[in-house]
Amino acid sequence: MNSRSLQTTIIFLVVGGILALSLGGFFGSASRQFSSILIDVQTWFSSRFIGLQDFITAPRDIVSLRTRNAELESQVSQLQAQVIELQQRVNETEILAALVDFSRSNPESTYKAAAVIGRDPSPFLHYIIINRGSNDDIRRGMPVVTNQGLVGRIDAVIADAARVQLITDPASAVNVYLQNVETSAVAFGSVTGDISLDMISQNITVESGDLILTSGLGGGFPSDLIIGQVVTIRSLEFELFQQATIQPAVDFSRLEIVLVITNFRPVDIAPLEPLPSP
Amino acid sequence: MRNIIAFPLLGLAVILQSAIISQVKLISGYADLPLLMLAAWALQERVKSAWHWAALVCVMIGFISSMPWPVVTIGYLAVIFVAQTLQKRVWQAPLLAMFSVIFIGTLFIHLLSFVVLRVLGTPFAFADVIGLITLPSLLLNMLFSIPVYSLMRDLARWVYPLEEHE
Repeated sequence: MNSRSLQTTIIFLVVGGILALSLGGFFGSASRQFSSILIDVQTWFSSRFIGLQDFITAPRDIVSLRTRNAELESQVSQLQAQVIELQQRVNETEILAALVDFSRSNPESTYKAAAVIGRDPSPFLHYIIINRGSNDDIRRGMPVVTNQGLVGRIDAVIADAARVQLITDPASAVNVYLQNVETSAVAFGSVTGDISLDMISQNITVESGDLILTSGLGGGFPSDLIIGQVVTIRSLEFELFQQATIQPAVDFSRLEIVLVITNFRPVDIAPLEPLPSP
Repeated sequence: MRNIIAFPLLGLAVILQSAIISQVKLISGYADLPLLMLAAWALQERVKSAWHWAALVCVMIGFISSMPWPVVTIGYLAVIFVAQTLQKRVWQAPLLAMFSVIFIGTLFIHLLSFVVLRVLGTPFAFADVIGLITLPSLLLNMLFSIPVYSLMRDLARWVYPLEEHE
């Protein structure tokens, strides 16, 4: 055996021995460190290669990305429009469901739902315009409600629309009674849209939170429709009556759909009222 | 012939007033778009149809509003009168004229509304009306008067082209 073949044999034996030891798990920590260095190096090269590849192929991708981006933006705007539309439908459905619940819980009345389409152009007056009119059997004087309470009454009617005087209108006066103390009073509207209570007897103790309902007196409204709750009371000894401010049950700034009570006919009691003596 | 634009334009203005502007409140007041458009229209030198436009607005507002029609009629016609009077005197400062007409017109219409509604039995307090309705409405009218004036000036140039005017 010459020296070259001896050298080769020794190298094979050494390498084979190292492999055998390695496979036998004797070089565990050293092989882990080695492989970890290898992985780091490979990761570095791989990431640089991907970066370089992106750089080289960028122009083509930007065009396709822009196209894709435009498509996605278009889809997003369409979906946003759909979301808004669906939210509106959900709101309408919630309102209608509440109104249906209200009509079911008050089966003595018949109702006609109407959408609020406008308000009086003058800031002095608190009126709304609804999209139901005489073609839907809406008549002047019919009460208008929501599931929360009384809204007002029909003031004028045309074929497909009607004007409703809100109970917040300065010219509005509704006969009411305070449920807890069982006494009558009158609810007046105002310029600001607030409702105040007047004509409360001085003998009655009114408290904040007392519920106010329509009394039905005068024939203008059916009885037991909710108006609101007493907030503050003003009682002065030298005045004939007490006054109170009301928190209305209805949010008049957000009226969207209302119910017209179509089976109620207001009673005109004017001929029965005594004439003023000369 | 182009004056026919008054029908859709003023109809749209009244619809916008009822559906949108009346819900954009400052305290309890809001802007009066038909008033602004009429004032700006009447202040245009070449316009000859301001009274017709005012009559149309009176009919439309009188139809949908619960305000007694004499208030609407007298109010808007008075605005045209004031605008045309001022237009002849301060024609070199159209925006100043616009502000003046809006100021006088808003105060006059609100005063007239207040008096008539009081006579008819609506319990208003004068201080409440001034503080809660008139002053906020006046402010909003003033704010909107500049864009509305620009719009109506361009419209007047289209309705009354210079060749036809001369």
